[in-house]
Amino acid sequence: MTARIQARIAGREAWALHGWWTAHKYLILRRLTQLGVLALFLSGPLAGVWIAKGTLAASLTFDALPLTDPFVVLQSLAARHWPETTALTGVAIVAGFYLVFGGRTFCAWVCPVNPVTDLAAWMRRRLGVEKGFSMRRETRWLVALAVLAAAAATGTVAWEMINPVTLIYRAALFGTLAGLAVVVAVFVFDLVVARDGWCGHVCPIGTAYALIGKATLLRVSARGRARCDDCLDCFAVCPESHVIAPALRGRDGAGPVIASGDCTACGRCVDVCPERVFAFTHRFDTRVDAAVPPPPPAAGRSAPAALEKA
Amino acid sequence: MVMSTETDRKTPTRRRFVQATLRTAAGAGACGLGLALFAAQSRSLPADALRPPGALPEPQFLSACVRCGLCVRACPYDTLTLADLAAGPAAGTPFFRARQIPCEMCEDIPCVKTCPTGALDKSLTDIGAARMGVAVIVSRDTCLNLQGLRCDVCYRVCPVIDQAITLEQTHNRRTGKHAVFEPVVHPDACTGCGKCEKSCVLTDAAIKVLPLGLAAGRQDEHYRRGWEEKRKAGRELVPGLIDLPDRLPEAKP
Ligand code: SF4
Ligand code: SF4
Ligand code: SF4
Ligand code: SF4
Repeated sequence: MTARIQARIAGREAWALHGWWTAHKYLILRRLTQLGVLALFLSGPLAGVWIAKGTLAASLTFDALPLTDPFVVLQSLAARHWPETTALTGVAIVAGFYLVFGGRTFCAWVCPVNPVTDLAAWMRRRLGVEKGFSMRRETRWLVALAVLAAAAATGTVAWEMINPVTLIYRAALFGTLAGLAVVVAVFVFDLVVARDGWCGHVCPIGTAYALIGKATLLRVSARGRARCDDCLDCFAVCPESHVIAPALRGRDGAGPVIASGDCTACGRCVDVCPERVFAFTHRFDTRVDAAVPPPPPAAGRSAPAALEKA
Repeated sequence: MVMSTETDRKTPTRRRFVQATLRTAAGAGACGLGLALFAAQSRSLPADALRPPGALPEPQFLSACVRCGLCVRACPYDTLTLADLAAGPAAGTPFFRARQIPCEMCEDIPCVKTCPTGALDKSLTDIGAARMGVAVIVSRDTCLNLQGLRCDVCYRVCPVIDQAITLEQTHNRRTGKHAVFEPVVHPDACTGCGKCEKSCVLTDAAIKVLPLGLAAGRQDEHYRRGWEEKRKAGRELVPGLIDLPDRLPEAKP
């Protein structure tokens, strides 16, 4: 059975049924957004056209719009520095934006580490790497607390020394290339040590956005869950696969909206589902498509429920 | 004892849960500890690295600077760079090396203006009041002026000429008949811009700008200079002191 599950390549059926673009739409849009944000910063040093200055830690766009990463400022506060208004305004704008447009949307649509960990996850699936070291979901909250404790103990913005998110930006924009060693380490960690290890269990930047995501407006809904034929493609591609089951299965009267703040709103499930079960919507959307007559039981398509938890 | 009997009574699932939770907590704790050790280790600033104007004292600076590089972008002379992960100032923080590109002391101080966090203190509005470091003649036996030549380059390039560096005329003991014009730095006026170190004509500069903590001494709080107290008070502090005539050693009575 394992061999057959591995032989199935997630997304191929959606591609065959609905065409390449529909099966890759959000993936491509995300890559374009990630590159686009970097391009806003790179156009200055490369072409002398200054749009955004700074890095993802703190930036200034068109010399008017300040943006600041919430977790970076949290560390500064833990280290007992009260930042100036500009930095605090930047946090308010960023937090406000992600309260509307999905918390960890930052992870899936902006963060430069995401393509790296996505590549590791993709290689894992293709090479059939075992799940590896399993980390508990709470790890990310404990790591975030430990990092804040380290910031408080040393009185420094400690995580910014090894934060791969800003290290990539600093390497691209300021030429500090040694920092990329951390990014390589993250890739290796995700590839051979733990599946979705870094973004799903370690990165405290993502954790801060997951906190915002608990209340955010933009969400993915398994509105067409009645059509689900248990191909498990969504579970295979989702970097936070535990968030899908409640909405998709609707056990204990759960609504169709993926409510967990861990969801990165990457839209990969929307892409790969051959039955077009998923769609972007808002948190309060309770619409569920009417059930269709059950399809004839396809051979070899039993629902191995245990795999959903994988 | 009590602990172990309690553990025994727990179901295997529950014990596994407790173990896993403890393992997670220990892992996260180790993570934080490692980070703290790394952060603590990179708290010291190398002696040839200078912070931008208005930088808070180093410990506060490290709690305030988010390593965004906006000051680097604001600097019109490409003086500032961000530190890399390898040895040097704390990774990602802005600094400059005087011998490479010194600070040109912009009158509008754009680096300070743009800093979003206050790591560069906006109360610095007069660049002349900046204290990025302090220049020191580190090599008296190679400084050309101290050999009795007239180089004067550091003196001439100093933006605070005649206040931060003065040329003090002394007797040239070697030739017996010439003068030595010794460059003397006055820390109360030196901004630490690094132009003197940058322009020293020697292969290894004889004048270097060092961080304040390293190069500048500090008068003890309790210390009073009698002559200054006298000037402030406008009168003798201890009245009725007898001023004995000074006697020079060679003077014959
Ligand atoms: S979890 Fe962290 S590294 Fe991963 S995508 Fe989100 S911010 Fe980036
Ligand atoms: S004062 Fe001017 S030259 Fe000096 S670091 Fe700031 S911006 Fe650069
Ligand atoms: S602008 Fe301020 S916070 Fe940003 S790198 Fe420079 S000193 Fe640090
Ligand atoms: S560092 Fe040198 S050039 Fe700059 S103010 Fe001080 S003495 Fe003058």
